[in-house]
This record gives sequence, C-alpha cells and structure tokens, in this order.
Amino acid sequence: MKKFMFVNRRAPYGTIYALESLEVVLIAATFDQDCSLVFLDDGVYQLAKGQDTKAIGVKNFSPTWRALDDYDINKLYVERESLEARGLSEDDLVVPVEVMSAAQIGELMASQDVVLSF
Amino acid sequence: MKFSLLVSEGPYTHQAADTAWQFANAAIAKGHEVKRVFFYHDGVYNATKLTEPPQDDRHVVNRWSKLAADHQVDLVVCVAAALRRGIKDEVLAAGFRISGLGQLVDAGIKSERLVTFGD
Repeated sequence: MKKFMFVNRRAPYGTIYALESLEVVLIAATFDQDCSLVFLDDGVYQLAKGQDTKAIGVKNFSPTWRALDDYDINKLYVERESLEARGLSEDDLVVPVEVMSAAQIGELMASQDVVLSF
Repeated sequence: MKFSLLVSEGPYTHQAADTAWQFANAAIAKGHEVKRVFFYHDGVYNATKLTEPPQDDRHVVNRWSKLAADHQVDLVVCVAAALRRGIKDEVLAAGFRISGLGQLVDAGIKSERLVTFGD
C-alpha cells in the first residue's frame, strides 16, 4: 500500500481542476491505497458550505465531499493560513477536517509516496 | 529508477507537455525507465493526430508517438477527460491509448516516482 496525497489548490469553479481531482480521488479509493486530501490556497473554497452554481450553469459537486467517508477516505487536511486569509473557519466547511499549519502540512507531504497536485 | 509522468496541460498553450517530453528523454538517456505517461485535463489534447503545427514549429504529438515507439513508453489518455474534449479512438495518434483513471493510480503504485507536469 502506498501513501497518496491529493493537494487541492484551486477554487472549485472557474477551472475544471477541482472536479477532475475529485474524480481521481474516487478512483484511487477503489485501489485500497492510503489516501489523504489537502486543501490550501483557493482550494479551501472547494469545501465551503452553501455553494450554489445555478447562475453559472455548471454542476455543484460539493455534496460529493460528504460521500468520501463511504469510500473510507477520511483524512482531510486544511491549511490554517489559507482558511484565515479568506475569513473562513472550520464551521464554514461541509465536512469535518483537520486544520493544520502550512509547516505541519509540509511535514505530512514529505512523508508521502505519491503527491498529486491539482 | 522507474518513472511515470502526469501531463495535465495541452500542447502549445502551455510548456508542460514540452517539459514532460524533455524530462522523459533525459531520464531514458540516463538509463532510467519511463513506464507510462498519463494525460489528464487538457493534457488529452496531446493525443490527437489532427494536430498540424506550422512547419517551423515542433510537432508535440508526433514526438510523443516516437517516444512510445522507440522506448515502449505507455501513453495513456484519460477516458473521461478525453470524451469531454472530443478526443476519441478515431483521432488518436500512434502509440496512444484511451483508458481510465485507474491507470494513473496504477502508475503511482508501480513507479518509484510519479512526476507531474502542469500549471
């Protein structure tokens, strides 16, 4: 088993990276690997509550985050600095996460076998 | 060392495809193995044989095909990303195949390094 870390750095809409990252996570989960997800920079908005995409005509995929637990993916880390810089707190997020400093996330990243950044 | 690469940007707009190709060649020249190149996001546009750059420009797609032919590199295009963008079997250049995201995860498991080229 390898340690896979998915690093989500971009806002959920505007580009397709966030959605296509989630698609990789769901596939990786079926390979029985040790998967974790990190959210930093504008990537923290991916987990924000109250997403409504009707006006831009794209699919709101944020409900999928709540399904990750069913895939045995429950290591979700959010960078504290990125949250704070955007005026967000843990209560603003759709799923339970572990909030960590950039330094702690850096250490965690260094211990991975595969890091995929989207 | 056994490498696999992930290319997540299209050719010509972005340098990722050029750098990935150069990395693959440099690694092979040093005696390493490049097992697979996986094309995702707009990276799937690296695979279309309809590509026709001006004569004085490099041909990104044909370079990949040659790499595959010369060094048995497995060029895999993500099916979901490809279909979204109109890349289907009938437009695939030589050496490319369309398959699922499982091939990316498999590359991560079976290679010693998975190196991403993107934005």
